[in-house]
Amino acid sequence: MSKGKKTTIIKTLKINVDKCNGCRACEVICSSFHAMPKYSSNNPSRSRIRVNRDPLRDVYVPVYAGEYTMSECSGRHQYTIDGKEYDECSFCRASCPSRDEFREPDSGLPLRCDMCEGEDEPLCVKWCLADALSYEEREVEVEEEEGAPEVVEMGLEALVDRHGIEKVAEIVAQISKNLKR
Amino acid sequence: MRYAETGINLEIDLTRGNIEKVATDPRESELYLGGLGTNTKILWDRVPPETKPFSPENLLIFGTGLLCGTPATGCNRTIVSTISPQSELMAFSMMGGFWAPELKYAGYDKVILRGKSSDLVYLWINDDKVEIRDASHLRGKGAIETAELIKQELKEPKAQVAAIGMAGENRVYYASIEQGRSSASRGGIGAVMGDKGVKAIVVRGTKDINLAQPAEYLGLCNEILEYIKKREGNPIPGVMPILAGLGSPQEMKVHDEKWHTENFMWGNSRVRRKDFWNEDIAKEWEETMEKARTRLVSCFNCPMECGATISMPGLPTYMMKCFTKLTYTMGAFSDLDFGLSIAQKATEYGVDGFSAPQVMAFALELLENGILTDADFPEMPEDSEGRFYYLLDKIVRREGIGDVLANGTYWAAKEIGKGADAYAHNNIKKTEQLPLKLSMLNPVYFIMYATGEKFNITQIEGQFPQAPFATKEEREAFVSDWIQVPDEKFKQILLDWEFRGEYSNPYYPTVEMSCDIVDWQETMHYIDDALGQCAGLSSFPLKPPYHIHNYPKFISAGAGIDMDKDKLTQAAKRYRTLVRAFNIRRGMRRKDEKPPENHWKKRFPELEEQLLDAYYKLKGWNSDGIPTQESLHELGLDYVSEDFLARGILTDGEDVSIEAATETESN
Repeated sequence: MSKGKKTTIIKTLKINVDKCNGCRACEVICSSFHAMPKYSSNNPSRSRIRVNRDPLRDVYVPVYAGEYTMSECSGRHQYTIDGKEYDECSFCRASCPSRDEFREPDSGLPLRCDMCEGEDEPLCVKWCLADALSYEEREVEVEEEEGAPEVVEMGLEALVDRHGIEKVAEIVAQISKNLKR
Repeated sequence: MRYAETGINLEIDLTRGNIEKVATDPRESELYLGGLGTNTKILWDRVPPETKPFSPENLLIFGTGLLCGTPATGCNRTIVSTISPQSELMAFSMMGGFWAPELKYAGYDKVILRGKSSDLVYLWINDDKVEIRDASHLRGKGAIETAELIKQELKEPKAQVAAIGMAGENRVYYASIEQGRSSASRGGIGAVMGDKGVKAIVVRGTKDINLAQPAEYLGLCNEILEYIKKREGNPIPGVMPILAGLGSPQEMKVHDEKWHTENFMWGNSRVRRKDFWNEDIAKEWEETMEKARTRLVSCFNCPMECGATISMPGLPTYMMKCFTKLTYTMGAFSDLDFGLSIAQKATEYGVDGFSAPQVMAFALELLENGILTDADFPEMPEDSEGRFYYLLDKIVRREGIGDVLANGTYWAAKEIGKGADAYAHNNIKKTEQLPLKLSMLNPVYFIMYATGEKFNITQIEGQFPQAPFATKEEREAFVSDWIQVPDEKFKQILLDWEFRGEYSNPYYPTVEMSCDIVDWQETMHYIDDALGQCAGLSSFPLKPPYHIHNYPKFISAGAGIDMDKDKLTQAAKRYRTLVRAFNIRRGMRRKDEKPPENHWKKRFPELEEQLLDAYYKLKGWNSDGIPTQESLHELGLDYVSEDFLARGILTDGEDVSIEAATETESN
């Protein structure tokens, strides 16, 4: 594949931890929007945004799900900000085996924020009346390369990591055979 | 499939250590909704009137509201019901926070505790896994401290914990159940939890809550959010700042305390300090609050920031909301610095912020008047603040005089004798009330104070302005977008209501109008308490986002229960009547329905009797406040009639004679 420069729109959430009041409405609406069928249920542990909160230490960090990672990182740094201690994990967006965050509670499959595709803005932003979350689109110049894996690819990748390529391929083949019947 | 609710209750027998998951009957949800409604049904069915608050047969029910944990903004209340050691009637104290939704996500609508554990335990509800665990290492620990320790030992930072402190363990009659930024404080339910040997209930849930009509429901939720934004952007003019917006009274946000400090009573609800508030105090208190308050915080899925994280120098951090900000300050004639400091201890001990300071002020009044003596207070400090700390400690440990005071002013006065009961002057149904003493009888408030069975005026008042607007223009502006009224007639009442003259208190609103206003206000509170909706976005503030016109849609689309305005009003009336029936069966009667004698200076005994008569009649109760056979039948509560007849509380055909008697009187 030829590599060149191109501009692309990056969708991001801007998070103001000082404004977060810890109500977790973002988790409710996110899991509700992504339910199948849409809005048919909600469950914060399926949410692609989570508020890392520790009220007595005044820690409120909304984090939205990013890349899936197969293994834990070595980083376990501690940050002290305004006298409050944070784990490196508090800010990390990865769906990672070290924690339950950003994985489906039943299947363990990774979750990733899709900015509520099809909506004017991500619904967590819309539902955050405290304005701790805001939506931003930025134009950036990037090296042209393969895009990030889509949701399906990410899910399959996680399954391959867990069960091995042979098992997954076998089951996919089985399913497609069943569908053709 | 069940929608909005899970359809499963957790039944825990503490005596035998038995845990059962029991499927509930969906027809009960249709009749009693959930939360308070279904809690009351369970209490009626299973707790006979002979049961004492501290008997193993007493139940302690933690109920979630029907819509708790759905995306409906602010729907997060846990309704805790049991028999109150203080009033010996039904207590149904409530708390916001995060506990109720977590329980739903774990797959349960209620936790029902019965029996008693011989050792101190805590319950660990982790989705399907439910355990009774040893809590002996937590004995004597603070409620907040306990929550932190448990989360650490379980390695579950996301678990939600409802815990008692030392006051609950020692069965202080006004002990609370604390849950981070929220607490269920009234009626001494923490004492019942302590009596059952349960230090905490810890919950973690990762399951789905389903909705019957998802798109419709989300549409309704979005309307609520839009309304909140609009309403918060347009505070109501002409009312005091804490009543202008939505939410609980914004005590953590608003610094101006002129109204509370000059209109509410200090000490043992005795002293009004009309010129208390001045610039110096305003400045000092604002500084205290600004320094102490780290952040304004919310309950689950709610944008209102009614609570705050408070860190006083040298003290552990805790969270606070609403009027506890001032109750200790005013009880001890002190300042905000003291109030916020002692509240930290009181929260860890787990006591009700309304009753506790009044009990302490009551004790000091008894000392001042020679009914108690120095010998009752060995080594008590001289200063008011020191004395409050001293008394708080004695009470929660039940040491010396503290053992008597731990039972509240009513029971303490009885035990002390020597005329002490004259000092327990601010009670209704044996329970301490807000420290308010006013001038002119307000007919609406008279009915609410007299007949309310929630022990707290804030849990029955709301919606209808507390005082008339001064000008015609203001009134017209107010009614112009008053969509919440169940009937247009309420607008006219407000338009005509004046400060003075023919259309003013106590004879206007008229008896009939007063009854209608109270009925509306109470109905909305009872609906909230069954749905799990916080009164702060519904029954308490003026012009709230939730009201009788949109609630039926929420219930239909959320729970899949076909609902309309009439059916909902009838359901609320059903379980409201059942609450009354439960208390009637425990001996409550008209004679108990009395505001404190000194609540108003200008009383109107004849009018007051008329108000009670008319309100009882509207509610379908006889002249002694007992629901009639006929009204019970209309509500589908024939089983209550049967019980009343069997116990001789009602006699067959009695309704008729009472009706006739009332008619003769009015003729």
